[in-house]
Parts: sequence; structure tokens; C-alpha cells
Amino acid sequence: MTENRKSNAGSKVAGNSFCRFRIAGFDFGLETEIVQEVLKTQRITYVPKAPDSVRGLINLRGQIVPAVDVRQILGFEPCDPEVAMNVVVFTPTGSVSLLVDEIEDVLVVDAETFEVAPGTLQGTARELTRGAYKLHDRLLMLLDVGKTLDVAC
Amino acid sequence: MDDDDEIIREFLVESYENLNQLDQDLVELEDRPRDVQLLSQIFRTVHTIKGTAGFLAFETLERVTHVGENLLVALRDGELEMNGYIASALLRLVDTTREILSNIESSSTEGDESYDELVETLTLLRQGEVPKASVEEQQHAEELPESCDTPESEVSPSVDDELKIVAADPAPTVDQLVAEVENKTNLAAADSIPNARPAAAERKSKSESGGESSSNASVADTTVRIEVDLLDKLMNLVGELVLARNQVLQYAAGVEDSAMTAASQRLNHITAELQEGVMKTRMQPIRNVWGRMPRVVRDLAHECNKQVRVVTDGGDTELDKTILEAIKDPLTHIVRNAVDHGIESAEVRAAAGKNPEGELSLRAWHEGGQVNIEISDDGGGLNIPRIRQKAVEKGLVSAAAAESMSDRDAMQLILLPGFSTAAAVTNVSGRGVGMDVVKTNVEQIGGTLELSSEAGQGTSLRIRIPLTLAIVPAMIVSANGQRYCIPQVGLQELVRLEQRQGERWIEHVHSAPVYRLRERLLPLVYLDEILGEHPPRTKDERLAADSINIVVLEAEGHPFGLVVESIDDTQEIVVKGLSGRLQSIDLYAGATIMGDGSVVLILDACGLARSTNVLKDSARVAKYDEQIASVDHTSLVESLLVESGDGRRIAVPLESVERLEEFGLNDIEWLDDRAVVKYRGTVMPVIPVGKFSKDRVDRRPVIVTRKNGQQVGYVVKSIIDVVRHDAFDDRDSLQIIDGAVTRILDFSSPRSA
Repeated sequence: MTENRKSNAGSKVAGNSFCRFRIAGFDFGLETEIVQEVLKTQRITYVPKAPDSVRGLINLRGQIVPAVDVRQILGFEPCDPEVAMNVVVFTPTGSVSLLVDEIEDVLVVDAETFEVAPGTLQGTARELTRGAYKLHDRLLMLLDVGKTLDVAC
Repeated sequence: MDDDDEIIREFLVESYENLNQLDQDLVELEDRPRDVQLLSQIFRTVHTIKGTAGFLAFETLERVTHVGENLLVALRDGELEMNGYIASALLRLVDTTREILSNIESSSTEGDESYDELVETLTLLRQGEVPKASVEEQQHAEELPESCDTPESEVSPSVDDELKIVAADPAPTVDQLVAEVENKTNLAAADSIPNARPAAAERKSKSESGGESSSNASVADTTVRIEVDLLDKLMNLVGELVLARNQVLQYAAGVEDSAMTAASQRLNHITAELQEGVMKTRMQPIRNVWGRMPRVVRDLAHECNKQVRVVTDGGDTELDKTILEAIKDPLTHIVRNAVDHGIESAEVRAAAGKNPEGELSLRAWHEGGQVNIEISDDGGGLNIPRIRQKAVEKGLVSAAAAESMSDRDAMQLILLPGFSTAAAVTNVSGRGVGMDVVKTNVEQIGGTLELSSEAGQGTSLRIRIPLTLAIVPAMIVSANGQRYCIPQVGLQELVRLEQRQGERWIEHVHSAPVYRLRERLLPLVYLDEILGEHPPRTKDERLAADSINIVVLEAEGHPFGLVVESIDDTQEIVVKGLSGRLQSIDLYAGATIMGDGSVVLILDACGLARSTNVLKDSARVAKYDEQIASVDHTSLVESLLVESGDGRRIAVPLESVERLEEFGLNDIEWLDDRAVVKYRGTVMPVIPVGKFSKDRVDRRPVIVTRKNGQQVGYVVKSIIDVVRHDAFDDRDSLQIIDGAVTRILDFSSPRSA
């Protein structure tokens, strides 16, 4: 499935297989190479004094992973940790779980349909998006994980 | 290609080890220059490196070690005498070898340098000459043929001229020379330059068979070399196993199944042993780190023009490898400080009546579940007035504070960032970034640092570090409904207080809450407040609570009490680091996974203390303590609670009690009709308190008091406890203590029981 792919979270997308999830009604996608796994709602241990958008820690088969509220970072209402789902991604400093509203599917997109972020996306959300793919009825926004996590702290 | 890489890697690992040994040996050699065994050992090591270098076609390395080897042969065979120049040159050889190895490691090539100067120096020394500072072209040309030469063969005269021409070019490599010679002479001459290559073939077979050539006849056969990564992996797995075992135990505890219980017990036992075993694999003797100190000290002492001797004790003390790695640099820094600033020059020392050679001692030992490392020097001690002054100059403390603080506290000022008393900041250790970084490094691995010093006598620094980082026993507490772990190593005791009449409760010094724990005021901090989970409490709120749980912790030598919601139990936990962004939160030392799969944060005592002002409070409180010690500001009194012969409760003010003893009926003698016992050389009357029944108890407790200078013993049925209560005005009255009617008796008043 991932033969000639480059996992390149911060730059123009070379591969075309994405993990899709929904935040505040928008569809976001991340290259499957950087997604470790996706999980349903997990028990989160709150970490007092942690940066605001770090909701806490989850136990991922023995690995302690911080869970980050992407909604909040993007400027939307904070998520509800009791129902949010987890998209666990690889980062240079270890795995991090992105808390999202819903996990949808994995889809393959046509590289030709890439465009810059739409006007409907404003402010922080726009800054943290690398661009979008035009799907037949909507846009798939590409989240810039590196920048997002930088904002998180 | 993989095999080659493998071989090269092994060569590197082995060589690094050998070089470390060489460092030590060479320094030792300076002290015992004629020690043939030492010389042989050193020779063999260099010989091995040279041989393998040749085999692996690392020509620069081979060339350099070859010359060194020649020099060593001369030393070993008594042709030459060891001296400072030779020692320095040989040490430079070691450094150069390291440099080449490092190049090989990073770029698979030896690097561009050909180290001609070193080669020349070693060659000159071999000839019994003292190397000159500058290299003359001519000399270079003259000498070079010698270096290509070997005792066994001679270069024919015709070649000499050719070589001279060649040698006039800057830094020809052996290869070039060989090429030139081969071109211009017959093969016979070429063969002689250098003969290391055919010899290398011999070595090849030796090193291939993993022969014992260089390693001393030590533990070669009973040890195995293992990748540190593999050990880390094992350690992680054992950590996971511990967690899984905790889960199983938890489950088994709730299930009434004897087979399950038996199996989980067995699992428990095996896991504990496995854990112990794996932890041992990572333990290394501290000697591995100390090994480099003699060299460091030697070099530094030379630079500073001082004489210093290093003495070690407890080199066998074992530490976890990761801890060793973490303290390597701090220790080196401390040692350098001691030589640079601590130990005086030989003249100063002699003038002070001290041995002109200073002594730096390194000691290590296990104590109380921790490793203690002590570095002391017999130098001039810390210049405390100057430290105070510097601290004020650097703006680290106010002038007033600097003046009023004790000597002991003043010493700690050097641990503050931005501090350096070196009049001239040498490039050695006076950079002003030193001691605070050392302190941070030590604390990061859960250790503590203590300084002590005596003017004119020396300075001593003690580091205490936990035996292992990974799996530790911890106390589970909770605050605001959430659980937290506190590693037991920093935990001193647990106190549960219930507010009752007559019992000691929280007090306030200014507005800081404290608790008087055994005559020492303990500053209190509330965990939920530190975490931001509860707004700061007012004085009244604190005083109004029914009960509190206090965990007494220690941070930087100062104890303080952490008030928590509840204290659960102790458990062995696996410490897992927090990643990235959360790592910088001082309060937490990591996190762990409990038996039920939940994640629980591990608190860090120092971080907790730092987040409040409790350490400052601690100092302030201690002072307050001293001030009010003489003033009885509390109306609480301590009494000995006893049972009289007829079973009634009696309270005896503790201040009137001299000793508590026990006597048997046989000890009692009768003088007239008074009962007495022989007691400490005198005769002491004993008086029963209350009517004793006839039960033939052999021994009875006796309260020894003093009345008008005379000791009197009061016999009671039993001693119950020591209680604290409000002082009463009437002596000899009935009061309620601890919920029971108690008679207050004061034996020191002129009244008989």
C-alpha cells in the first residue's frame, strides 16, 4: 500500500493515502505513514499544570502518550475528553494522540486535486493547514502536525 | 560489507576500552617508571591496536602506533628511561589514536591528518633525544627514513637520497614513501618499509581467533560483551513484566481461587528475581568512571602547576549504567574544580605546613538504598567571605541576606547559576556555568548534593543517588480525587492528624502553615493547591479541618510536609519518563501505569518544594524555631500516662520523670519498713502507686524521679503512653486526657503518693 511514499509531515504531499477524521464539521486528513494508530475514547489522566491544550495522558498498551485537544488548538470549542477519539501520530519526540471528534476512514486521493486551504478556514486553523484535497463533495484539509504540536505548548 | 562493518565496530569498541586502560597505565607508569609488567602491558596494548589497524588497512593509525610501539620496546627493554616528555608524548599518542578512531567511527575514514609531528616526536624520543618545539624541514627529511626503518632491516644507501627528496615534501604518507621506494629500488628494500604489513597478517590470525593478546589475563573467558541496547530492551521488558505482574496480583487478590493465588505468587516471586537479575546486568562499578580521573588530574595539575595525587576508595561500588553516564561529566567537573580552585600550589601548601602534594580523594559506598559518592580535597577550603561577596556582586542575593546567612548556607551559594569566584576565569573550570549544572544533573537523576568545607583544611562534596531509576517502590496518595505516586526514597514519614482537644494541630508562623513534629517545625504545603486544583486556603480554613494527612518529604536537605487528601498504599512502580512538552514540568518525575491500567503521575519532591516557597519557609521557620525555643509559647505539656496498681490512669508530667526502669520483686530489699532497691551505686527507695493486687508478676515498671536531690522510684502496673495535653494549673487533680479520666500526679511536689 505504501510503496513509493515519503512520510513528510511538513511539506507538499507526495503520497496519497490519508487517514480521515472530523473536527468541528471539517474533514481533516493525515498521511497514513505518520499515523501510528487510531483509537476510540480512552481514559485520560489529567495532568495539572500542563499546557492548556494537553488534556492528559493515555495508556497505549504500556506506552504513556500525551493527548492533545486539536479542537482547542484550531480555535474551536474544547473537546469533551469523554467522547473524543484518538489519532495517535509519530513525532520526533515520541507518540502523541490527537483528540478528534470522529474518526472516519482511510482514503486515497488523487494528487492532482491538491489546492491551498479554502477561504472558509480562518485564523489559527488556516495556519495549521498545509492545504486541501478536493473530494467530490467536500474538502479534505491536511493538518500540519508539527506546527499544531508546537502551538500546543 | 556487513562483516567488515562488524569487524570494524568490534575493533573500535575493543580499542576504546584499551585506550582507557592505557590512560590509567601511563599515568601509573610515571609513578613507577621501571615497572616492567606495566610497560609490557602497555606495549602489548599498543601492539594490538597497531596490528589490527594494519590488518584493517588503517594506515595512519598503524603508522602512529608503530612509532609508539618502537618507543615502548625501548622502554621495556631498558634502553630508555621514562621521563616527562615520553609520558606526555605517549599520552598524546593515546589521544591521537582516539581521534583517529573517532573519525573512523563517524566517517569510516581515518581523517586527513597524518600526525607527522607526533610521529617525529616519538621517533626523536626513541632515539633518546628531547623533541624540539619547531620542526625543521631538514630534520624532518633526515628523520623520516628512520621512521620507516625497522631494526631488522636496512635501507640501502641508494634509497637514502631518493627518500630525502621525497621527504622534503610536506608530510608524505607512508604509502607515498613506499611507492617512491618501490619505484626506485629493488623489492628487497621495499619489503622493509614498513614491515608491519606482513606482520599484520600474523596479527590477523591472532585477533581473528579472538586471542588473549592484549587483554590482561583477567576475566576474558568468564564475561560476555553485550550491546547496551539489548540490555535496555531487557530492562524495558522486565518493567512491563512488573506492571503485568501488578495487574495479575490485583486481579488474583479479588478472586477466591487457590490455584490462581498460587500461580500469581509464583509469578510474583519469579518476576522479583528476574528484576533483580536484570538490574544487576546494568550495574557497573564506578571505577569505570573514576578510571579517567588520574589522567584528568595529572593533566590539569601540570597546567596549573600544582602537585596532586588521586586516591580512590570503593571503586567496586556498582551503579546503574545510565546513572554512571549521567554523573560522568558532573564528577569530572567537580574534580577539575578541586584541582583548579581547591588545592593550593605546592609553595602555598608548604608554607602552611602541609604536604606540598595535595590529595584528592574519591570515595563511593552504598548506604540506605543509595549510592554515596564523596569527592574531597585537602586544599584551602571554600573562601566563604569571598563567596558571600561574589554572590552579592552577581546580584544573586541581597547584601543583607548574604550577611545574615550561616556559613553552611553561604557555601550553597556557589550552586547558584551564574556564580564563579575564580579571579581569573580559566578555561578549565571557572566558567561560571559549572556547579549549578552539576547540581541540576545530579537532581535530574533523583540525587542530592551536599557541600562541606573547612577553611585551610579542604572541601568535601557528597552526592547521593538512588540505586536505580527504573523500578522503584512508591507511596500512592491522592489529591482532589486523583492519584499520584511519591517515590519512597524521598519519603521520610507519614503523619495523620486529627484535630482533637489537647492534641497538637497546625500552627502558623506568620501566615505559613507549619506542624510541630517532634520539636521541629515542619512547613506544610497542600498538594491540591500546588497542582492548582484547589484555591489557596486561608488560615481559618486550614485550622478548621477535621483531620489532615501529611507526607513528610525532603528536598535539598530540608524536610517539609505535603498535605494530601488520602494516603493509600505502597507499590512497586515502573518509572516512565514524560515526553516532550510535559517533561519540563518540574512537579513530575514521570508517570507510571497502575495495576488497573490507569496512568498515574509521579511527583518530584524537589519540584514540589520549588513550586512553592517552602524551602525558603523552611529556613525561615527553622530560625523562628530557634528563637521561640526557650519561650513556652504553647501550653501543651507532655505527660507519661501510666496505670496504677489498682488499674487507674495516672498522668505524670514528663519533666519530673528522670528515667524509666524495671525491677523484679527479688531486687527489693527492706530497710526498716521501707522498700529499697540497689540502683546505680546508691540505694533508692521505691514506693508503690496504688494498691497492687496479689498477682505475682515478676517485674514491674518503675518511674525514677528526683525529690530534693534524692532519687525515688515509683512502682506502677504498666506504662501506657506519652501524651500531650494542655497544662493544668492544679496539680493533683482529675482531668480528661485522651477521653479517659486521669489523675494528674506530680511526684516532684512534696507529697507522697
